[in-house]
Amino acid sequence: MGGSASSVPPDLLGEYQELTFLTKQEILIAHKRFSELVPKEERDQILSARVPKDKVVTLPELRANPFQHRICRVFSTAEDGDDSLSFEDFLDMLSVFSDAATSEIKSHYAFRIFDFDDDGTLDRKDLENLVNCLTGDADGTRLSTSEMDQLIQNILEESDIDKDGTINLSEFQHVISRSPDFASSFKIVL
Amino acid sequence: MSGRRASGRRSRTDSEARLPPESHSPPSVILLQELPSYQSILRRRASVTGAHDWQQGSSGYAREHGRPTGPQSGAAVGSLREHPLSIQQKRKLRDIQQANIKYLSGWNQWKQTSRKSWKKFLEEIKEAASYLELWRHDIHSIEGKFGTGVQAYFSFLRFLVVLNFVIFVLMFSFITLPTIISKYGVFNSSYVKVPPKNIEPQCTIYNPDGPKGLVYFYSYIIDLLSGTGFLELTSLFYGYYAIDSIKIVVIKYNVPLAYLLTTFAYLALSLIWIVKRSVEGFKQNLVRDEDQFQSYCNKIFAGWDFCITDLNAARLKHSSLQYELKTDLEEERLRQKIAERTTQEKLRIYCLRIFLNIIVLWVLLGCFYSIYRATVFSQELISSDNDSTAEDNLLVQYLPSIVITLANFIAPQIFAVIIGLEDYSPAFEIRLTLMRCVFVRLANIGVLLFSLGTQISSCATAKCKACGYNYELYPCWESRVGQEMYKLMIFDFLIIFAVTVFVDFPRKLIVTYCSARPFQWCGLQEFRIPENVLEIIYGQTICWIGTFYSPLLPAIATLKYFIVFYIKKISLMHTCKPSTRPFRASSSHFFFLLVLLIGLMLAFIPLGLSMAQIPSSKACGPFINFNTSWAVIPDTVDGLPTGLQKFLYGIASEAFAVPFFIVMCLMMFYFIALAEAHKRVVNQLKEQLVMECRDKQFLIRKLTEAQKHG
Repeated sequence: MGGSASSVPPDLLGEYQELTFLTKQEILIAHKRFSELVPKEERDQILSARVPKDKVVTLPELRANPFQHRICRVFSTAEDGDDSLSFEDFLDMLSVFSDAATSEIKSHYAFRIFDFDDDGTLDRKDLENLVNCLTGDADGTRLSTSEMDQLIQNILEESDIDKDGTINLSEFQHVISRSPDFASSFKIVL
Repeated sequence: MSGRRASGRRSRTDSEARLPPESHSPPSVILLQELPSYQSILRRRASVTGAHDWQQGSSGYAREHGRPTGPQSGAAVGSLREHPLSIQQKRKLRDIQQANIKYLSGWNQWKQTSRKSWKKFLEEIKEAASYLELWRHDIHSIEGKFGTGVQAYFSFLRFLVVLNFVIFVLMFSFITLPTIISKYGVFNSSYVKVPPKNIEPQCTIYNPDGPKGLVYFYSYIIDLLSGTGFLELTSLFYGYYAIDSIKIVVIKYNVPLAYLLTTFAYLALSLIWIVKRSVEGFKQNLVRDEDQFQSYCNKIFAGWDFCITDLNAARLKHSSLQYELKTDLEEERLRQKIAERTTQEKLRIYCLRIFLNIIVLWVLLGCFYSIYRATVFSQELISSDNDSTAEDNLLVQYLPSIVITLANFIAPQIFAVIIGLEDYSPAFEIRLTLMRCVFVRLANIGVLLFSLGTQISSCATAKCKACGYNYELYPCWESRVGQEMYKLMIFDFLIIFAVTVFVDFPRKLIVTYCSARPFQWCGLQEFRIPENVLEIIYGQTICWIGTFYSPLLPAIATLKYFIVFYIKKISLMHTCKPSTRPFRASSSHFFFLLVLLIGLMLAFIPLGLSMAQIPSSKACGPFINFNTSWAVIPDTVDGLPTGLQKFLYGIASEAFAVPFFIVMCLMMFYFIALAEAHKRVVNQLKEQLVMECRDKQFLIRKLTEAQKHG
């Protein structure tokens, strides 16, 4: 790293520690990784720089993730909706995916990530998208239509408590709270 | 808790912030809009439509928090990071909170700041401690490449390393260290050798071969591998600790008592530690068992390992998830088919299963019998010809270990064939095979110990009866058991090492560089988690049993698992392919610990029996003067002051035990009843919830109709 890649100022570091679930070390690592994404001439103002989505998804931690675009969308605070991430957005993301984050906050963001059309509920279309992300989107790996229907039916039967045909946030959080694997699988460590 | 409350509150402010344009609607609509589910929709919309609404939301927040709200704002301080907001919004929130602090009294202010700094301090300690964590980086990279299931295996291995190290520290500091200190006379310490009293003279003869005359190098190796010769009288084995008490300055250290208590301590420590670790998993398992209807949700919503960083691993995860979903759906159809089976078909399947189970039983009996024969044979050869070549014959020494390893290898293969014929559902198939394998593994150790036990206590002559054990073959039987455990452990390690180096590695070379069809077809070894876990649990059970007879065995076990970690890591990274069958982290954690617990229970039985039933050696060890090892406890109690003595006897008497048992039973019944009641309440609440949701939908429909007309 050139000399221009400055470190995080101590007062900001303390603030980030307070506002996220990350430790000091994790924040510094995140800073280093983020500064590698920023083009050289912008390294002076890393804290104000935004990294476009195409670059963020090249991170090894996101590269293999089928939900990479959703993650960028959910954590981006860009005004114009181009899904670019600032350093603070990046920290937000790592904080949610860290070990220390509560399962409540994890499930909240998981819901937003899985809500492909951003309409506030998981409907059949969202679930179908989700399953396709899980099994891989190529033709060979997709489930057949009848299997998909059966699967979605089963999921709705299990989780749709009020039987309105969609899963809302509280239903989702209820299901997640009983899912033994969620906390261990919903995490990214740099 | 406070996080949830706060978020609920925030959502209300959201709706407040968005309500004004719609506030002309009748009051009932506002009432409906305050319903929680509607609010969650609102909140979602607010967060989706962008930063603008959020800003409004937080200004709404500001309005609410502008008033000093006393304890509530205090509760929210700790949970700042628990809000699902971006950092900028959290920052604003924090400023508001800090402004609120000014309204608080001095005491409360101090309380909050001190709580904050205490939290920070704890976090820093935690962070520092995480550096000390063994293999943090290795396990992380494994997780990234192979997912959480494999990671659970390696974490488990790490747990065993730490557990064994702690047991080692315990044994070393309370047994080995005092003995060594006193033997070398450090700190003016002195020791009293056990004065033999009222013991038949023939029982006390114990002359293990030390190094005599010309010793060949290879006999050293053999001694090292089998724990005989020069190793037999070292601190590695029970026989070395033939000391009654140690005096260090003024403190009198009772070695027999310390030996027994330390044994109890390491068993109790293992039990507590395992139980503590498994409680979490057990709770989850209970919750999950209660309704199996969550399985699909768990697979879909928690299916992806977000920690996967490797593209190949991601591809594998895709295909394994697809496979899992397909088999689950298939299984559901199968279940329907099974339900439609006719009586005749059922009868046929049950007959087949009974027949196959009889075969399984025969296989087991075959394993047990061969282990028994091999143990008896090798023990007789080792003991009878003390100075012939048999002593040096490594094959004889290792015969029981070899037979056990063979049994462990062959029996699961047979079970795998048999299970295919039994026509169970796929999930149950896996579970049943596993249970059988666990049984074989652990029962094999049991049979070995049983055969050793019968050998030790078999007595033909009256002279032998006086000692209480077979003194001719086993002058110091505890050391011999320790040697057997030592050999099993060494052999187990050698096998793990050899399989990786001489089987998996050549296989990898052949598959990579040879394109012939048969080689390609057989492919690489799969890294199967259950088998690997069984392997190390088997080793751990041996260690638990052996530690009493060979106090430094945990040190060897620590070293062994330490090396095994690297062997397994290399084998996983380079010579094996990950299993196509997914193994979930949740189920694996619990499964590992459950089997480990079974192993520990199995270790309790032979240890308890040998301490309480078999007379301790009269020629070696700390318990020469006691009839059994346990006898040291009553002996010590007799030396205590009368008050304490009465109390301890009181606890041990029936007068205390029976009421205690009854109270325990009552408590258990109470908890069972409580659980039942909870279950009923949960069901009722569920029904109520569905009803309310229906009511709500009905009302909304009515309202929209009314609005249209009006």
